[in-house]
Amino acid sequence: MALALPEAGRYFARSLKQSLRLMVGLPDYDAYLTHMAATHPDRPPMSYEAFFRERLEARYGAGKGRCC
Amino acid sequence: MQTLRRHLVWLVVAVVGAFALGTVALTRGESVNALWVVAAAICTYLIAYRYYSLFIADKVLGLDGNRKTPAHRHNDGLDYVPTDKNVLFGHHFAAIAGAGPLVGPVLAAQMGYLPGLLWILAGVVFAGAVQDFIILFISTRRDGRSLGDLVKQEMGVVPGMIALFGTFMIMIIILAVLALIVVKALAESPWGTFTVAATVPVALFMGVYLRFIRPGRIGEVSLIGFVLLMLAIFGGQAVSQSAEWAPLFTFDGKALTWMLVGYGFVAASLPVWLLLAPRDYLSTFLKIGTIIALAIGIMFVMPTMQMPAITQFAQGGGPVWSGSLFPFLFITIACGAVSGFHALISSGTTPKMLDNERHARFIGYGGMLAESFVAVMALVAASCIEPGIYFAMNSPAALVGSTAQQAAQTISSWGFVITPEMLLQTAKDVGETTILGRAGGAPTLAVGMAHILHQVIGGQAMMAFWYHFAILFEALFILTAVDAGTRAGRFMLQDLLGSFVPALKRTDSLPANLVATALCVAAWGYFLYQGVVDPLGGINTLWPLFGISNQMLAAVALLLGVVVLFRMKRERYAWVAIAPAVWLLACTLTAGWQKIFSADPKIGFLSHAAKYTEGLANGVLVAPAKTPEAMSRIVFNDRLDAALCALFMFVVLSVLVYSIKACLAARAANRPTTQETPFEPAGTSAAAAH
Repeated sequence: MALALPEAGRYFARSLKQSLRLMVGLPDYDAYLTHMAATHPDRPPMSYEAFFRERLEARYGAGKGRCC
Repeated sequence: MQTLRRHLVWLVVAVVGAFALGTVALTRGESVNALWVVAAAICTYLIAYRYYSLFIADKVLGLDGNRKTPAHRHNDGLDYVPTDKNVLFGHHFAAIAGAGPLVGPVLAAQMGYLPGLLWILAGVVFAGAVQDFIILFISTRRDGRSLGDLVKQEMGVVPGMIALFGTFMIMIIILAVLALIVVKALAESPWGTFTVAATVPVALFMGVYLRFIRPGRIGEVSLIGFVLLMLAIFGGQAVSQSAEWAPLFTFDGKALTWMLVGYGFVAASLPVWLLLAPRDYLSTFLKIGTIIALAIGIMFVMPTMQMPAITQFAQGGGPVWSGSLFPFLFITIACGAVSGFHALISSGTTPKMLDNERHARFIGYGGMLAESFVAVMALVAASCIEPGIYFAMNSPAALVGSTAQQAAQTISSWGFVITPEMLLQTAKDVGETTILGRAGGAPTLAVGMAHILHQVIGGQAMMAFWYHFAILFEALFILTAVDAGTRAGRFMLQDLLGSFVPALKRTDSLPANLVATALCVAAWGYFLYQGVVDPLGGINTLWPLFGISNQMLAAVALLLGVVVLFRMKRERYAWVAIAPAVWLLACTLTAGWQKIFSADPKIGFLSHAAKYTEGLANGVLVAPAKTPEAMSRIVFNDRLDAALCALFMFVVLSVLVYSIKACLAARAANRPTTQETPFEPAGTSAAAAH
């Protein structure tokens, strides 16, 4: 309620984009980078392309079923 | 006073909802506007969410916002990611909504829209949403484990194995019935066949683009793919009007079956990035877009419901599927009211991304309410077209004849007045040569959607476009499901067979993979072929099998919920899961029993088989079989279906026995015996994560 209108719009657009990407199995890359920087500063994070490939294999590789 | 005022607005919602439902249920003799149906549904969802789901969250499950979720405990930025609850809601909804909520309500409309609507609303509030919510909760408290693991952990290894095997068989039936829907929609339709076939090169192009040209740019490539798909629809129109091209894309059901089987095998053997992933992007985004478009269309057009509230087929004897309202309505509409398959999603990726345990209410219960709304819209779309057209599309030729004259005459004699001209005109409007015998839900829904959407965009001239758009949208995500399902089935099969032939277990070995894929495709292909050659349309046989198996999985999931509540020492609230579980057991066991043993050959597999064995013994040909071999095949298939039904009943009954044993053991214990991951407060520092 307290959000100003432009801010609410930005939140909505960001959420929509993240949600659409997550629908096809791609979590937020920025969140991944933040996580890596916070917990594994010693290891280089995957590039976006490598991250994309890794997630693609994980989504379909293990044979996860979806609904009817 | 303060508390009273807080409830006042909800009282208004309740009164509006009751009034809308009353209007829908009690108006006789004049048509009801679809907006009343929508209003009744939305008010029901709001009240159920505000009160019942809160009761389940606070009292029954005791959701704890201070408890660390798996997403925080195992945060790796990949599988386990704390996710904004609105974002996760979208993900969860996209994973649970598929063809199910669109097809079931369309098939159920033969009894009139009221029985289906009431079951969708009551089913989702007290069974479907409860199941999704409880399983999501249980899995979240156990590091996001899968349903099979949860059953193993809380009930024992044997019921766990039984549940896994049951899931595999359900998968096979689902794939067969989904593929059958595509076959029914594309048979003798060059426009539809061309459009759907064009999705394969489009997806291949997208796959290569994403892999080599612009890696990982999903939004961009999806837009390109969408434009190509729209072009494919117009291309299909050109093909269907060309005397040279149209025959090249005109196939009967049998030819399409072989193509689908071949496609399933090849698609499931290709690398995922080439075909499956890009097709998945297209179908997911198209699905979400179309659902939103349909919702806007219904609000905007405000169609009236042409189908009577209740037809004479509520007593049984309907042409689309046989059997009486109880138990068959409750297995015909599965997804949208309650679907066991959701238990696999709620124990899949979603629990690994919950930011806070309390979000399980919005995502589990709320997500299922959203899916239920999709089912209500499908029911509206099927009910706003002329009932005569509905029955002409969904009745098998064996009942209504194969020409427009015969069909119009038969259906008019049932009291749904229709002329042959109207049937031909509708076929022409949607750009097809015939609309007869297109059971399976998808074409009917497509006509309903075209009926609604052409009034928003395009007018009469665009009706054929919207029809084929709807067919494309359904075929696209069904083919994605066939591909992904065959892969999933292959892994399950390799796991199961690996216990006997260790060489098969190696998922990195190409021959092992090909053998398992072939077995999987052959299994669903067999049922698909059986459905396609079935003179009664196939849906009549396969949809009940699907419904029974899916609802039985729901019963298994709810029984798991009961066991966990007993083990948590919250058995005084266990009725929340016991009541829907008992109802589902009653429906599925009755339906299973009738499908096997009913004396009516239209319902019972065995009595249907007996009709043909008798004919074989007396040397008489029983129509519609044309040779003795065809008759023996029908007998074999009937017995196979009966055995499958019995198998499903065995699975659910054995899980029931194990559940009761587990509950009694939990009652005897003097403290909670549940096996949750130990409590850890949510606020601990990030350093604890790894």
